[in-house]
Amino acid sequence: MKTTRRQTLQQSAAVAGLLATSGLFPQHAHAWTNAAFEAKTVPDALKAYGGGAPTESKDVTLTAPDIAENGAVVPMGVATTLANVKHLLVMVEKNPFPLVAKFDVSESVDPNFLTRAKMGQSSDVYAVAITRDGKALYAKKEVKVTLGGCGG
Amino acid sequence: MADPMRIRAQAQGSGAVVRVLMSHEMETGQRKDAAGKVIPAWHITDVTATHNGKQVLAAEWGPGVAKNPFLQFTVKGAKAGDKIAVTWKDNKGDTRTDEATVS
Repeated sequence: MKTTRRQTLQQSAAVAGLLATSGLFPQHAHAWTNAAFEAKTVPDALKAYGGGAPTESKDVTLTAPDIAENGAVVPMGVATTLANVKHLLVMVEKNPFPLVAKFDVSESVDPNFLTRAKMGQSSDVYAVAITRDGKALYAKKEVKVTLGGCGG
Repeated sequence: MADPMRIRAQAQGSGAVVRVLMSHEMETGQRKDAAGKVIPAWHITDVTATHNGKQVLAAEWGPGVAKNPFLQFTVKGAKAGDKIAVTWKDNKGDTRTDEATVS
């Protein structure tokens, strides 16, 4: 098919438009305080906090329901019995941005936090403990969502 | 100015369990309005807590935290009568601090 000059111009305009809209995205994402919250995958988010390859651990506990009727409000808890933990993270694998919350562990608080998260769809949920020497230890649980929480 | 938080701090064992209910829209930046325009993200990014003026908790949140966020944590060594203050900051620069007394 022969492409006319007009068609070429239209196409390049369309591409430029696409670039402009996708360019908008990182701009608002940069309002976040940390690169971890922009990460689209679990390992990327872990890397932003200095965590290496994650390994499963019995010393990290995740509290989450088996079935969440309402994905907009899913109670989740992270806790650990490990000693030298720096951060505790709550992550929902299939959310557009998996990292939900990061808690700094200090001497003054128990490494046990409860909050409520949003889930767009049924997904694996992770509780991750990042230790001072850069290890990432996690507990995982699948949570089924019957009603989406991040409507679009 | 945002609505006040509801904070309850109860002495339990060697510490105090603090439960906080914040009032915030927690808009993800993923949703679209009726006209198909993306609603800009608006959510709490930083949460800190102090025990008698000394910082004990720091957390960072993304838009994945549910609307009107709930947070529970335990402050070690807090006794009845101690002051627990919680502060949040959102991505529009708004901030709010509320204080409760451990009972």
